[in-house]
Amino acid sequence: MRQYFGTKGNPAAAWVGLALVGVALLLLPWVLSAIGTAWVRILNLAILFVLLSLGLNIVVGFAGLLDLGYIAFYAVGAYVYALLASPHFDLHLPFWIILPLGAGLACFFGVLLGAPTLKLRGDYLAIVTLGFGEIIRIFLNNLSQPVNLTNGPQGITLIDPFRIGSFNFAKPEKILGLDFTGPVKYYYFLVVVVIVIIVLNLRLQNSRIGRAWEAIREDEVAARAMGINTRNMKLLAFAMGASFGGISGGIFSATQGFISPESFVLVESIMVLSMVVLGGMGNVFGVILGALLLSFVPEVLRYTVEPVQMAVFGRTLIEPEVIRMLLFGLALVLMMLYRPAGLLPSALRKRELEGKR
Amino acid sequence: MSPELALLTAKGISKRFGGVHALADVDFTINHGEVYGLIGPNGAGKTSLFNVLTGIYSPDGGAFTFDGLPLAGLKPNDVAARGIARTFQNIRLFANLSALENVMIGRHVRTHANVFGAIFRDRKTLAEEEAIEKRAHELLEYVGVAKRANTLAKHLAYGDQRRLEIARALATEPKLLALDEPAAGMNATETASLKALLSDIRRDGITILLIEHDMKLVMSVCDRVLVLDYGKKIAEGSAAEVQKNEKVIAAYLGGEVSLNLKGA
Repeated sequence: MRQYFGTKGNPAAAWVGLALVGVALLLLPWVLSAIGTAWVRILNLAILFVLLSLGLNIVVGFAGLLDLGYIAFYAVGAYVYALLASPHFDLHLPFWIILPLGAGLACFFGVLLGAPTLKLRGDYLAIVTLGFGEIIRIFLNNLSQPVNLTNGPQGITLIDPFRIGSFNFAKPEKILGLDFTGPVKYYYFLVVVVIVIIVLNLRLQNSRIGRAWEAIREDEVAARAMGINTRNMKLLAFAMGASFGGISGGIFSATQGFISPESFVLVESIMVLSMVVLGGMGNVFGVILGALLLSFVPEVLRYTVEPVQMAVFGRTLIEPEVIRMLLFGLALVLMMLYRPAGLLPSALRKRELEGKR
Repeated sequence: MSPELALLTAKGISKRFGGVHALADVDFTINHGEVYGLIGPNGAGKTSLFNVLTGIYSPDGGAFTFDGLPLAGLKPNDVAARGIARTFQNIRLFANLSALENVMIGRHVRTHANVFGAIFRDRKTLAEEEAIEKRAHELLEYVGVAKRANTLAKHLAYGDQRRLEIARALATEPKLLALDEPAAGMNATETASLKALLSDIRRDGITILLIEHDMKLVMSVCDRVLVLDYGKKIAEGSAAEVQKNEKVIAAYLGGEVSLNLKGA
């Protein structure tokens, strides 16, 4: 535990820190609801991006495999849920069966998409993975004939929310005197999932498998010379990353209630990759920070930019969407100039941990 | 050299790159427990021989027999599993990982924990992890880099990097340790210390195959030597024999000159 939280051998401080974070997490949705009901939805989307970033971090950060088509696995997970829990095929399986199925199918696609890329490096790997991401999206967009599998560009609507017995995640209700709306219920579910995924990631990183991935990232030739089966390890990285994407996709489907191929375009893959790179590739907490920043800041800007411009200039000079893109680009340029290793770079964390060993 | 003593036999090894004959019909035998040198001018095919041996290239002709079994068509990771570990001419460490982690990765091939072990951290996996770390510390101590266990490999001094690479190779529990110019760039003190390390490794029962340009080191440490020139074997024998071989002298000095090695 200690080694992850940089407390220099002070376990008491680590536990107090964790407790504070825990309390903050518990209270967060209520605080945000007070500001506006939309913010809890935005928070949930941010957490989904955190999950995606953690998954992609395994592929890009740990194993060093540049994947530009990661959103395809999100799409697979989302569509598996949508097809098995909606009026489309009139199947209504429970989420605790579908999510593992979605993860499994995404995992299978991860291996399928990873297998042809094993001899590729760098740019070529990126292009092929980008291609695969697009292939998945185009398939989803076109599998409406001759058999209507995915309903094409119209997408799938009326997707079932999560249900455990009579407890419906989408239904607003009062529990213990507090107003639990749908998004608030999903929030707590997501927090549990995120904590599990974080623990999984940290355990993977600090294991024989994690070290093998890092060896491949650092020097694949040397890794092979030391006996690491690089083919299997790379496939494993793709498979694990994809399965996390698949789980996130399933949750996304349920929270939105509607999905279409438009949610899984290339720019989304690039967004997730940006979160991983911005946060610090390979560093689990850096990646979480990157994901939260890149999800929240644009939304915050969307809500503040207009009023600020109105107040200062009396009219809207620049559309919020445009400002968002400008600032996003500026942020990336600044990062690459001044902190190319990311906000919380991996090597830095290692050096911080040095004192402990 | 009776067959029972032979650890590695090479027969007719050839490798072409387009028109270039990197290796042409090379035969040699390395016996258990010896220190076997591989020398020759630059471009003679020494590193190519290493690469063919360890599965990075596949030979165009010929075959190896290692510890009684053929080494044909094996991938580098399988070769390591069989018991041949190597270091690289240009040092290929895992630069952004610590010295300790580099050696721990060397243990990969002899350990077994899989994804489930990583995720669930059962007792067997935890015990294995502890053993890996312990062994890595021992090996760092063995090569003399223990004080730098947590330094990133890229920040190590050059001599320490070379020794770390040897520690990482030793972590794979090799029967044959193939070292590619381990003394390159070292001064006399560092070379003496390397020589001591090689003696320790030999004493601990590991056979060593050594590419080197430092003739003093080769002549003092190697039992037998193979000399390559333009991909062909021009001599194989004890260090003393090879040193006097006219063809060897000609290959290095390009003419009929006598080689006068002080102290060798």
